[in-house]
Amino acid sequence: MGKTIAEKIFDSHRVDNPADDILVLKLDAVFCHEITTPFAIDDLVSRGKDRVFDPAKIKAVIDHVSPAKDSNTATQGKIIREWAIHHKIHDFFDIGRNGVCHVIFPEKGFVRPGYTVIMGDSHTCTHGAFGAFAPGVGTTDLEVGILKGVCAFHYPRTIKVNITGKTPDGVFAKDIILSVIMRLGLNGATDKIIEFTGPVVDKMSMEARMTLCNMSVEAGGTCGICYPDMTTVDYLWEFIQDEYENKTAALESFKKIISDPDAIYDDVVEHDITRLAPQVTFGYRPDNVKPVKEMEGTTIDQVYIGSCTNGRIEDLRVAAKVLKGKKINDNVRAIVSPATQKIYHQSLKEGILEIFMDAGFCVTNPTCGACLGMSNGVLAKGEVCASTTNRNFNGRMGKGGMVHLMSPATAAATAIAGYITNSQLYTNERYTK
Amino acid sequence: MKNFSGNILFLDRSDINTDEIIPAKYLTAISKDALKPHLLEDIRLDGFDPQKDIKGKNAIITRTNFGCGSSREHAPWALEVNDIHLVIAKSFARIFRQNMFNNGMMAVGLPSHVIEDIFSMFKGKNTKLETDLDKNTFLLKTDGQEQEVPFSISEFDHALVAAGGWLEYADAKY
Repeated sequence: MGKTIAEKIFDSHRVDNPADDILVLKLDAVFCHEITTPFAIDDLVSRGKDRVFDPAKIKAVIDHVSPAKDSNTATQGKIIREWAIHHKIHDFFDIGRNGVCHVIFPEKGFVRPGYTVIMGDSHTCTHGAFGAFAPGVGTTDLEVGILKGVCAFHYPRTIKVNITGKTPDGVFAKDIILSVIMRLGLNGATDKIIEFTGPVVDKMSMEARMTLCNMSVEAGGTCGICYPDMTTVDYLWEFIQDEYENKTAALESFKKIISDPDAIYDDVVEHDITRLAPQVTFGYRPDNVKPVKEMEGTTIDQVYIGSCTNGRIEDLRVAAKVLKGKKINDNVRAIVSPATQKIYHQSLKEGILEIFMDAGFCVTNPTCGACLGMSNGVLAKGEVCASTTNRNFNGRMGKGGMVHLMSPATAAATAIAGYITNSQLYTNERYTK
Repeated sequence: MKNFSGNILFLDRSDINTDEIIPAKYLTAISKDALKPHLLEDIRLDGFDPQKDIKGKNAIITRTNFGCGSSREHAPWALEVNDIHLVIAKSFARIFRQNMFNNGMMAVGLPSHVIEDIFSMFKGKNTKLETDLDKNTFLLKTDGQEQEVPFSISEFDHALVAAGGWLEYADAKY
């Protein structure tokens, strides 16, 4: 009987089988940020177990509230900073060298095909784009991961979402994943892994695959996962070139973990996007999704472009293409937050930030901030935000605020218009790789 | 082992997410106790007043997909500091469910029709629940009415509850 990519990763990482379908897996990487890690650190200290299983496999960043906004967030930063120094965790990224965790860690080459990765953050599922098993976990799982390098999971069940068809103009990975979430529902993939396959995924850049996998958890998925291919190898090559003779050798090695043709799936969903239009959410659930044209004209107060979903260089490029030479609507305020320091730098060099600034955007440093209503763009009661983030839950970006999730292209067009609208109003150029 | 018996809080809605259970602005808290007054502060649920309705409750009964969204363990902690160690629902989001057992607390799934029956029999009434972890039963009681409800959790989940959580379990074993 064939195996899925997730089953192969489970088999190669198995440490224990404490009950029927529970496997304890060895971890290749444990990622940490300053919101969920300090409680784990404090608890380990209070138990007299302030140790780490392997400082080279632990990566840490300050990203959620960066720079600190008050003494509590400064304390959270201080706890993780001092812990990283104490345990010689060399891959620690402080303010000025940091970025949103699910963008900076792949950018540094920390995620490889076949890896097991955990983090105390639900959007850890993003890293499945590299062919890794990367579930978000809570603080206790993180704590055990830090101490022992293991984590327990149910043996994986997988839903395959096979994405086919021709990508229409103005449709991006964000529109595709919103349409998948609408189809699966908020808990349609609970306790399951979503395997994204098909010609559309094959053609996607790593950035687009990360957007796709990032929102798997919005359908309840344990993580998203894509097959490693030459696009994966190209992205990782600068980090792995010493380990393989050439790119073909790396690809051959990675391909071993791809699902077998006779692998067993819980469900296979054929998702043809030929007729897909740009999508936007309404209400307070990420599976409440409609074509943009059905929400056309909904006035907004704020536009936010950034986050682990859509704060990557490709996202900023496509938004800049829409914004070039235009001004945002007088009744709108707009924020762009390049997701890492590297992206910030690159978008500065490419003239992208100038386009944003000329259009009237506020450019902030890399941070998760506004996405979860912590800092840098929190909404007031009754305000509406057009956002490239991942959750439209009630109060998510600020108590009493409303969030409409959309692609960077749609968000940019919406900033210009002052109401939700299609980017093709402003550009007909395609943005897909 | 934690206490799994006491008064029931009924939350008659599906898909209650962890941002509703504890909003992100409180994730900067340095102690779990600081979460106590903010449990379910942002929930959208008609007729529910978090200021009045949580006090004295020890278990939640709700509908499907409880705890979806953010992985924040602050959600089970906010329940814990309010003396709520048990949530019963038709289904849970994976991370929330695991976080509960990782803290030695319980998130117990029951069949849809059983939850429907419980809501129709007990919702709106002062209801007490007694948990028997040897027999795997809940006993629900209100004036003159009582109902025994069997449940099942895995051997692994039982072990986590008995150990007091995953850290205790894993530290002893790995």
